[in-house]
Amino acid sequence: MTQQQQTAGGDVRLAGISKTYGSFTAVQPLDLTVPQGSFFALLGASGCGKTTTLRMIAGLEEATTGTVFLGGKDITDLPPYKRPVNTVFQSYALFPHLDITENVAFGLRRRGIKSVKKQVDDMLELVQLGDFAHRKPHQLSGGQQQRVAVARALINHPQVLLLDEPLGALDLKLRRQMQLELKRIQTEVGITFVHVTHDQEEAMTMADTVAVMNGGRVEQLGAPADLYENPRTTFVANFLGTSNLIEGEIVSTGGDLVVAAGGGKLTLPRERCSAPTTSGGRLLLGIRPEKISLAHADDADDIAAGRNRVTGRITDSSFIGVSTQYVVESPAGTALQVYEQNIERDTRLLPGAEVVLHWNPAHTFGLDAAQDIDAGATSVEDAE
Amino acid sequence: MPVLHWIRRNLIVIAGLLTLAYMILPNIVVMVFSFNKPNGRFNYEWQRFSLDAWKDPCGVADLCGSLSLSLQIAFWATLGATVLGTMVAFALVRYRFRARGAISSLIFLPMAMPEVVMAASLLTLFLNMGAQLGFWTVLIAHIMFCLSFVVTAVKARVMSMDPKLEEAARDLYAGPVQTFVRVTLPIAAPGIAAGAMLAFALSFDDFIITNFNAGSTVTFPMFVWGSAQRGTPVQINVIGTAMFIIAVMVVLVGQVIASRRKNNAQS
Repeated sequence: MTQQQQTAGGDVRLAGISKTYGSFTAVQPLDLTVPQGSFFALLGASGCGKTTTLRMIAGLEEATTGTVFLGGKDITDLPPYKRPVNTVFQSYALFPHLDITENVAFGLRRRGIKSVKKQVDDMLELVQLGDFAHRKPHQLSGGQQQRVAVARALINHPQVLLLDEPLGALDLKLRRQMQLELKRIQTEVGITFVHVTHDQEEAMTMADTVAVMNGGRVEQLGAPADLYENPRTTFVANFLGTSNLIEGEIVSTGGDLVVAAGGGKLTLPRERCSAPTTSGGRLLLGIRPEKISLAHADDADDIAAGRNRVTGRITDSSFIGVSTQYVVESPAGTALQVYEQNIERDTRLLPGAEVVLHWNPAHTFGLDAAQDIDAGATSVEDAE
Repeated sequence: MPVLHWIRRNLIVIAGLLTLAYMILPNIVVMVFSFNKPNGRFNYEWQRFSLDAWKDPCGVADLCGSLSLSLQIAFWATLGATVLGTMVAFALVRYRFRARGAISSLIFLPMAMPEVVMAASLLTLFLNMGAQLGFWTVLIAHIMFCLSFVVTAVKARVMSMDPKLEEAARDLYAGPVQTFVRVTLPIAAPGIAAGAMLAFALSFDDFIITNFNAGSTVTFPMFVWGSAQRGTPVQINVIGTAMFIIAVMVVLVGQVIASRRKNNAQS
């Protein structure tokens, strides 16, 4: 691809941007910087303000307060057709009366560019739709329409490409395929992508940086692995994957933190706790289901020393091929989730079996116990 | 038995053809009698074939004058009703404002009102306002009753139109005017065209409302009505046939263009 607009310092910066409709606040005052060339995801449940934020960058929604900067330039008051930003809409919004070529050429023509053929051909080649140039949108499949929508936006070499749940209408298999495809295109053209999605797996697969939004504000921002391993709020812990959250009381703060929970003691590294750590204070311990090993109670003595242990009883198990998911009832929590790889299956691990859950203390994270422990399952406002 | 079987298998085709014949027969009668050479003043009985009327369609006094007037009124009424009706339809679908629901229902009133009552009430209104009956009162009346039909046709189209399309256009560097001309209008066009054709047809052959409000002006339907009292010139059939053929041609050309466009898109 030829890149016509090599712009330096093309960061998107939102400063104190907010949106209110009457008495309803869709987006709380928000500061956010999207570095140039990055693949940035806004992740959240519906109604969390992620699409509104995207539309404020596009200019399709007027910000109530705050400023939108693009490459250091204030574009807050520019109408959408004057912003070097293009959008891929959730419904694709392809023009039904124009063929694929004219759909893709639309932006170029509006800017008075006459010879569009070469660019359109190149762009259709990039999205592998060269043979469909003269079809009408309704003659294409969902996945093909989606690629046309991407081509129609990308051909303008925007400084930022905004994607509003672009894969939401596709079936699962096609969605996986398009995720990789979009990632490939982004790497190829090097344009900043801002991607809005409610699918946490999609956000983690595609983005360099993910901002988790909840109740009109950004809960946490970081690289996918960092967000997954070190959630700082119960919302992030529950919304990104699954977390077992165990409430306990801090009994020792010398060295690693020791927490009394469910009749036993659990340890976690101090640096993995985002909450205040005073002795006697309450804490939520988090552990991801796949980090937990499951041993039958008869083998409890074989568990290495120094691992966190919780005893309990299996209440449910479901075999899902690559792994088996167990639900364990214990004094520490009524429904602890455990994912075991199906390598050597212990046939005694059936519902009703007494078991010991054990894991490396380093995999434990600590959260402020003042939060709603179920945030993220339902959309709940909670303060940072 | 084979006959019964054949009928049963082709029942739908037979019913369709009969219905078609029922609809087309009157037109064929009009056409055939445009080639008649009647003996008296009334063109009600077939005498013999002649091209006289076709050679001299304006041969009857005032006929072509009234036709021209009707075409003018239909043209301006169509234009006025289409422009106003399209704007009303967009407003009703796209914007939320006070009394929107009420206006939406009021738009249908002219369609529901018995035409003769409407005609008489309009006349009362015009007389009370001291308006001079003629071209303008007829035009105003026609725009009024065509409006409802245009609004209905355009509204259906606009409602099925994704507002995201206009957002996409604005996002792709089209200003408000470009967005309207390049995206909104072409997509709404079939609805607008349907509304306009309906308006033209309604205006061109309206008799009741026109007759009440035309004063001494004579439109084509009024001319036909008037001449029917004294004798029906063959030229009326000629005009009717010509109008019919033009309408059929317009539809055919439209279909050919549409199917050619479809074929192009597929190849």
